[in-house]
Amino acid sequence: MSTTATHAHDDHHDHAPTGISRWLNSTNHKDIGTMYLVFSVVAALAGGGLSFLIRLELGEPGIQVFDVVGEMMGSEAKQFYNVTVTAHALLMVFFVVMPALIGGFGNWFVPMMIGAPDMAFPRMNNISFWLMPPALVLLILSAFMGQGAGTGWTLYPPLSGLAGQPDMSVDFAILSLHLAGASSILGATNFITTILNMRAPGMTMHKAPLFVWATLITAVLLLLAMPVLAGALTMLLTDRNFGTAFFDPRGGGDPLLWQHLFWFFGHPEVYIMILPAFGIVSHIVSTFSRKPVFGYLGMAYAMASIGVVGFIVWAHHMYTVGMGVNYRAYFVAVTMAIAVPTGIKIFSWIATMWGGSISFKTPMMWAIGFIFLFTVGGVTGVVLANAGMDIAMHDTYYVVAHFHYVLSLGAIFAIFAGFYYWFDKMTGKVYPEWAGQIHFWTTFVGVNVLFFPQHFLGLAGMPRRYIDYPDIFAEWNLVSTWGAYVTMVSTVFFLVVTLYVMIAGRKSVANPWGDGATTLEWTVASPAPFHTFEDTPDFTSSNPAAHPAE
Amino acid sequence: MSSRSDQSRRNRRTATTAFVVAAGMVGMSFAFVPLYTLICQVTGLGGTPQVADRNDAAVSTQEITVRFDANVDRSLPWDFAPNEPSVKINLGAEYLTSYQSTNLSDKPVTGISTFNVTPLKAAQYFTKIECFCFTEQTLEPGQSVDMPVTFYIDPAILEDELANDVQTITLSYTFYRTLDDIPDEEPEIISEADQVLTTAQLGGI
Repeated sequence: MSTTATHAHDDHHDHAPTGISRWLNSTNHKDIGTMYLVFSVVAALAGGGLSFLIRLELGEPGIQVFDVVGEMMGSEAKQFYNVTVTAHALLMVFFVVMPALIGGFGNWFVPMMIGAPDMAFPRMNNISFWLMPPALVLLILSAFMGQGAGTGWTLYPPLSGLAGQPDMSVDFAILSLHLAGASSILGATNFITTILNMRAPGMTMHKAPLFVWATLITAVLLLLAMPVLAGALTMLLTDRNFGTAFFDPRGGGDPLLWQHLFWFFGHPEVYIMILPAFGIVSHIVSTFSRKPVFGYLGMAYAMASIGVVGFIVWAHHMYTVGMGVNYRAYFVAVTMAIAVPTGIKIFSWIATMWGGSISFKTPMMWAIGFIFLFTVGGVTGVVLANAGMDIAMHDTYYVVAHFHYVLSLGAIFAIFAGFYYWFDKMTGKVYPEWAGQIHFWTTFVGVNVLFFPQHFLGLAGMPRRYIDYPDIFAEWNLVSTWGAYVTMVSTVFFLVVTLYVMIAGRKSVANPWGDGATTLEWTVASPAPFHTFEDTPDFTSSNPAAHPAE
Repeated sequence: MSSRSDQSRRNRRTATTAFVVAAGMVGMSFAFVPLYTLICQVTGLGGTPQVADRNDAAVSTQEITVRFDANVDRSLPWDFAPNEPSVKINLGAEYLTSYQSTNLSDKPVTGISTFNVTPLKAAQYFTKIECFCFTEQTLEPGQSVDMPVTFYIDPAILEDELANDVQTITLSYTFYRTLDDIPDEEPEIISEADQVLTTAQLGGI
């Protein structure tokens, strides 16, 4: 309830609307951020549940889970396994990671970090969010319609065409992604406008916090990549329903065209999922080392160059299509070049910690876990970038291990890091340190036991997206499934503790992290009031208190 | 107040720019469809051979082997095979070969073929002058025809240090039933075993 005399006429704004209309009609960036986070948790439970089913099935050779599950769903076991893999991937990419990092933390903290009262277009922000639940419903329907969409998230034709999936299931998946894509494009536009136009006076881009930079670059990538997916999906939809032949050689089309279009979207998409994570980790490492981030400008431009180069490496997903050796050489070279800006980031985080007064609080543990595991995933990524290696590794569990290390153990760790970092700010409650540490360590052990053996399985030649495998792969698969059990227990623990803390937690303070936390969100009360920064803070050089950049 | 309306004007301008960019990228994705075909034709990407009206190349003494490959999609009830498995020709020399197609069904059937050459790097030197693959082909019930291909290999391949090691080039065709010719019935469902296999083969990242 901070009102000044000049704004006294505005003070009815400080009362949050009540009831269902507060959420349905919300134009408040914090409420919308909260809805995104809750939505992400719901989708994560579904997507995580599906992955648990997959691990149960693969725990031993033979078919023991999906014959039952498939029958319950009115589908055949192997097809429903493929449906499960597809739904798991699409849920995690479009309905868990993106809503949490961009819609959730982005909405909550980008306006606060730049001292803006809200997003540039609050009503557009509302529609961005409310497009997501229908998209989720369509995706769930796609799994239950007919045989279900068992195409993999890559939706390659001819498998995703009428020949491979003749019923409506894939059409539902396509429409789901159309809605999610429209939501992302609207959200991206909103973030770009907010960040470019609504920074507090004196906060130049070169003084903006790194999470703001990360969100801006992510939004630009979304704006350039998502429409290409929308175009490709539209072509697939008309191929399936209206007799066109974009991807069908019988009508003069080419199935490889899909792969080019999909991966022109798909590769930037993986950076869309990880760049906001980079931003969050930078803040946390700086806060808990009580030092400004090492090489701030280098960090910002490393993200920008990752974004740019991300658009010219797409065909490294397609080494096995029969590409000429010169093209393969090009894609190997540019793909490996991405390791340079990524390395700049990793080493700058380490340099930030170097000589710092480090406290290993829960958010810091997750952030360090992120740096370590993302580096492991990055190293296997450099291995896979080699076309010669990839010919052997393509579509094996090595690839599965690689992208789960950068996403499941990278992006998800950053989401948890951000969750614990900003929990006080969002809820006004203190998260008990012991519970956060237990959650971190059990998850860390669980996911590593889960995913590390998959490197061995991949090197031994176990292909991905199969319901069954030869007995020779049984042991590491069993270990991997144990890891899934541990992770599952850890997740249940997290949910129970979080619910308890949100109901009965101790009250927190405006800045629980001390001197290291320098960004603007720590200058307002916890939980953040419904309206913040209606009086724009001043960062012009005449104001000595202004040190916005870490 | 003026600064607030200033702000909203700037916001609208930024958002409009963003929407134009997004719409432009949708346009780009569709523009890429013809562009993709063009890029393949010009650069030989994916083993796409060149097309020319006539052969201006000087005939070289250097010889090269060309093998002929034929495949038929299951939707097409045809027999399709090269009349000779391979040939040894001089670089720059024009050569006429043919494939034989037979319609095994009791209805007229229209087919169209896709084509490429391997090694892929040889494609930009493999030039077709005449080919049955440029157009759709219709065969009456039981009809059997010889389908001609005229081509030459550009001797410039000898000057390309990345491609002059090529001793053998394979010209491959796959014939499909054209989409317009497929009867109005439920689309074929590929067998379950194939589905699993296809998922694995086509899956990506």
